[in-house]
Amino acid sequence: MSLAERIPLARTGTGPRVALILLGTALLLVIGRNLLPAGLMRPPEGLILPFADWINAVFAFLRDDLGLMQVTRAFAAMLEWLLDVTANLLYGKNRWPRIGPLPWSVVAISMAALGWALGGWRLAALSGGTFVWIAVMGQWQWAMETLSVIVVAAPFSILLGLVVGIAAWRWTWAARAMNPILNIAQSLPHFAYMIPVVVFIGVGPKAGAIVTIIFSVPPMIRMTELGLRKVPEEVVEAGRMGGATPWQLLRSVRLPTARTEILIGVNQVIMQCLAMVVLASFIGMPGLGQKLLQLLQALKIGLSVEIGITIVLIAVVLDRLSKAWAMRQPVHHDEGRTWVRRHPVLVVWALAVVAAFVLAQAVPLLAEVPRRQALSIAGPLDALVDGFIRLVDPVTTWLRWFLITWLLIPLRDGMLWLPFSAVLLALAAAGWAIGGLRSALVMLGFFGLIALSGWWDRAMITVYMVGFSVLIAAMIGFPLGIWATRSDARARRVLLLCDTAQTFPSFIYLIPVVMLFGVNDVAVVAAVVTFAAVPLIRYTIEGLRGVPAELVEAAQMSGATRQQMLWHVRLPFALPVMMVGVNQSVMFSLFMVIIAAFIGTQDLGQELQRALSATDVGKGMVLGLAVAFMGLAVDHLVKRLTERRRAEGMPG
Amino acid sequence: MTRTSRVTRAMTLALAPFAVAGIASAEDSSDPIVIPIHNWSSQIVMSHAIGQIFEGMGNSVEYVSTDSQAVYEAIRLGDAALEVEVWEGAFGASFNAALEKGGIHEAGNHNAITREDWWYPLWTKEACPGLPDWEALNACAAVFATPETGEKGRFLGGPVDWLKHDAEKVEALEMNFTVVNAGSAAALWAELAAAEKDKTPIVIFNWTPNFAEAVWPGEFVDFPKWEAGCDTDPTVGPHPDRTYDCGNPADGYLKIAAWDGMPEKWPAAYAVLQKVSFTNPQIAEMAKLVDVDGMEPEDAATAWLEANEAVWKPWVE
Repeated sequence: MSLAERIPLARTGTGPRVALILLGTALLLVIGRNLLPAGLMRPPEGLILPFADWINAVFAFLRDDLGLMQVTRAFAAMLEWLLDVTANLLYGKNRWPRIGPLPWSVVAISMAALGWALGGWRLAALSGGTFVWIAVMGQWQWAMETLSVIVVAAPFSILLGLVVGIAAWRWTWAARAMNPILNIAQSLPHFAYMIPVVVFIGVGPKAGAIVTIIFSVPPMIRMTELGLRKVPEEVVEAGRMGGATPWQLLRSVRLPTARTEILIGVNQVIMQCLAMVVLASFIGMPGLGQKLLQLLQALKIGLSVEIGITIVLIAVVLDRLSKAWAMRQPVHHDEGRTWVRRHPVLVVWALAVVAAFVLAQAVPLLAEVPRRQALSIAGPLDALVDGFIRLVDPVTTWLRWFLITWLLIPLRDGMLWLPFSAVLLALAAAGWAIGGLRSALVMLGFFGLIALSGWWDRAMITVYMVGFSVLIAAMIGFPLGIWATRSDARARRVLLLCDTAQTFPSFIYLIPVVMLFGVNDVAVVAAVVTFAAVPLIRYTIEGLRGVPAELVEAAQMSGATRQQMLWHVRLPFALPVMMVGVNQSVMFSLFMVIIAAFIGTQDLGQELQRALSATDVGKGMVLGLAVAFMGLAVDHLVKRLTERRRAEGMPG
Repeated sequence: MTRTSRVTRAMTLALAPFAVAGIASAEDSSDPIVIPIHNWSSQIVMSHAIGQIFEGMGNSVEYVSTDSQAVYEAIRLGDAALEVEVWEGAFGASFNAALEKGGIHEAGNHNAITREDWWYPLWTKEACPGLPDWEALNACAAVFATPETGEKGRFLGGPVDWLKHDAEKVEALEMNFTVVNAGSAAALWAELAAAEKDKTPIVIFNWTPNFAEAVWPGEFVDFPKWEAGCDTDPTVGPHPDRTYDCGNPADGYLKIAAWDGMPEKWPAAYAVLQKVSFTNPQIAEMAKLVDVDGMEPEDAATAWLEANEAVWKPWVE
């Protein structure tokens, strides 16, 4: 394909013209703002629908009349029994079977052995070392409280995802019903569905487990369905010819063939579980998250960072372990070897565990490291943060003044100044330009509902903060991503940094940004940008790395300079992947803006925070859906854009 | 103390089927006494201190972390047994609402007063020497100006869901201030810690007893004295036609709440609970052990009990 063909040609047809007309009308509305009737400025009172009351009525019906609560309570009781078992084993909660807690050395040895069995000595060192770190830093009890919930929630989520995923693959109607639910579930802010969970389940570890399951199951469903759909027909045919029943086909042919996708799903579940550790503690999940919030409440940044590091380490270990398990090929042993020779890891592990049990009896430090004897790096960390804040203080003071006075306040006032009708038309124009009538209607539908919900002003503040943050994140993320792909080693290092930034609990960012910028929109934007830049960097790197070597070589041979290569060959090719990054970045920003309510905002997040403390299910859902619709609208546009490029023969 | 009151009054309904009726007997039940803990240190340490006293009497105790507003519903339903810190200003409304529904009662009253109002760290006085008088504060409003408040002074309030009427107060007293709401207690402390570095004048929402007193010495602003009805009756207070033209109550209560079933189920523990009473300095000391000395709450409780046997031994005998 020649370079000339890559340049998008002007499309014929009515698309651009209609979009221009819509945009023009929107501009007219803005210009004639002072003459507009009030009904075009803001949605008139009469049009605002009491969605919150309707949702509350539905919930009251489900709870009281249908008695759904008995069902959820019974389910929660079963879950609680399981949680009690793991809690007893891991940190010695006084429940059946009353054997625990296991000495930390035993757990660390077991994890190391698991790492060894799955991925050799490096993984063993990482996995064992993480648990030694947890024990030595005196976080054992908290980490085990967290893990006691995750070891129940994650398998549950995997199983549920597998079953629902199979159903969605098997029956088209199930897939059709499932798709919008999953879309909304993945873009709904966490706080929105935490409120109904509290109503139906209560608070405590069981509620923590349930929200973790709800949050982590969608990728599992998606990947299972995707994997099963990708199974080649020949494989299935071969199975059928072998006389397999449908059940056997599923269990022994389809599922094993879809293994790669399913395992990606498993990996995602684990990551999502760890991402929920802090948020779930708002409704009573014990452990690291709860401790982290307590420490932040007393402004102990160093100690919070220690916990953050632990959460990242656990995530990395579980990630590597599950990936190693995914990569593992079945081993076929020689017939003649003894059992012991065939299972060296198992034997060493059993011996070491017995030794650890015995030693732990003699040396209490091997069973439990008390907080007082634990190591801590909080002192130097606090000094580091403090020194950094003092160092950049002149810059941040100026930046705060500049951004607030010249950018943020004017932007925000501008967003609120715009007539809502003009905003809707402009959005429809964007939809039309990208995907024709259908996209225009989709945009109108999503934002029209937000207007009808009566939260227009707050929604616009959210839009302005997310928009501005993504813009700044793009200004940082794209160049950084391009810079990182200059060498493979550098790309790997930057990607590792991205992983870390993504799993590091975002609550910890909130405190330093307030110290740097104060309680205002600059602090919010700073916190959001830190988070939103990650997917931009990641997908830029992935996109640029995916450019076929032949293409680069061909361009080199025709004498392209490095600049030309970047702008005309590599970036156009990487664009679809980079657009996925933009999409993700918007999602991340929306999540983070809601969490930034803890800094102090005046947007939807602040109201959501209020709804949560008042347990107002209806209001929480309406606000949550408003946020979700913004995400879905962007998602729709990005997807249509990619589809169109593909239809026009562009790569992607 | 903070009330990141995230969760949920509705857990009530959720927990209803699990409410256990008290069993009448002279001896304490062997079921664990469930003590709720929240996210500020004095409450956690005090809960552990009382829990350890109960354990010393042979009871079994369990701690659950709950939301500080939702806890009253949980107690009402017997899901938790008691609450050791009921603040008038912060939780009075939730407590009273639960009292009306029944199932919870006041088991004791600490010999402590609570106060929540505008507050400044001592270094602020250098920039505004007339403090703590509110009119003096108003006169030097410009000192507290920030980019986002323009020429007006900034008052950094607590989260909106704490329902403090700072904006109304500013309006009623015609103050030259803008109220900016922080989203959490942690954000308040972060601002305060940042202000301390270059001794920037700052006025924020604060309360006592609180660990911050030990870290940042400061004073409350003196507003026109609170009188009952100041928030509802315009005639009360200096301006005859305005509500909220006064400060918050300077001597709020700090009570202990208990589940109605507790006296029957754990009579001995309940008898002790009725005698429990801590003072402001004792509560501040408990918070300090954790927030300043860096102890774990349970260790802090043990240490406090060891050092203050004279205080609590009489309650047990």
